[in-house]
Amino acid sequence: MILFPVFRKKNSGEIARNRLKLLLVADKADCSPEIMQMIKDDMIRVISRYMDIDSDRIEIQMTKKKQPDCDSFIPMLYANIPIREIPDKGIY
Amino acid sequence: MSEVIVITSGKGGVGKTTTSANVGTGLAILGKRVVLIDTDIGLRNLDVVMGLENRIVYNLVDVVEGNCRMKQALIKDKRYPNLFLLPSAQTRDKTAVKPGQMVKLVEDLKEEFDYIILDCPAGIEQGFQNAIAGADHALVVTTPEVSAIRDADRIIGLLEAADINAIDLVVNRIRMDMVKRGDMMSLDDVMDILAIDIIGAIPDDEDIVISTNQGEPLVGMGTPAGQAYMDICRRIAGESVPLDNPSMRGGLFFRLSHLLKRA
Repeated sequence: MILFPVFRKKNSGEIARNRLKLLLVADKADCSPEIMQMIKDDMIRVISRYMDIDSDRIEIQMTKKKQPDCDSFIPMLYANIPIREIPDKGIY
Repeated sequence: MSEVIVITSGKGGVGKTTTSANVGTGLAILGKRVVLIDTDIGLRNLDVVMGLENRIVYNLVDVVEGNCRMKQALIKDKRYPNLFLLPSAQTRDKTAVKPGQMVKLVEDLKEEFDYIILDCPAGIEQGFQNAIAGADHALVVTTPEVSAIRDADRIIGLLEAADINAIDLVVNRIRMDMVKRGDMMSLDDVMDILAIDIIGAIPDDEDIVISTNQGEPLVGMGTPAGQAYMDICRRIAGESVPLDNPSMRGGLFFRLSHLLKRA
């Protein structure tokens, strides 16, 4: 079977397992607005230690990204953080 | 010291009521004093699976509302004198009982019984909250399917949030021939995904349908599912029984001998 991948049909049990694993990650990643706000506040606090960011214009959201090697999607945390200034002293 | 076990699943139709009936009956066979409580108010089923539907006078809601004494509502099993059923109400809804009332009901029953088995309704709403309120151990029933396992995962999360940490999994309707072909998730796959211990696996067995038709749980009989349910009961009672039994291997010899026994 391994020698002739063209003829190899993927076992449905394996398909079920892979779908389920991704599904459970996605279910758990689908978090409440309160959690998203907490993540956002924490990110602002951490990143502000290193650069000056525009905290009013930060966008964060959960999305799904297609895997390059197969048809499945993985959940992703997407963050758009505009930077105002990066101080050039101390950290570089 | 009595133990309160809730049998739950999230998804409907995976075998909660069948599992409740068989686990309750099996523990009674082992000599324990057992009471089965049907908490599915409005959709009463456990009485039918136990074959006791013609003996109901009072129900769970009557007890909670004080219309009768507990003793009047408990129905003695046809075969085992140490097994009782507290049936649910058919013409009421889930809001007729509150979690606090269930806790008190269960506390009262602890004096008389070794095991209190709660058959939980499908879903995660008030019926579920009522059923788990007084429980200290949960059996989560699932089948090796994506939808049932997804719901089981959610239920496990809700049980943990409610501080019920003794949670075991029952994998129902498994077909070892399909697992071997790779067309069904194996017990290891299910255990890996849900990350809880399996207390038993019930093979898909047409005798379950027959026993439900007759209203007599098949636990302890020579059928594959009957043996698997008995193994679960022994494990609940504290015996160590290996998970790998002949019916789970689904071997030709076992199936032949089973066929001969039925002939």
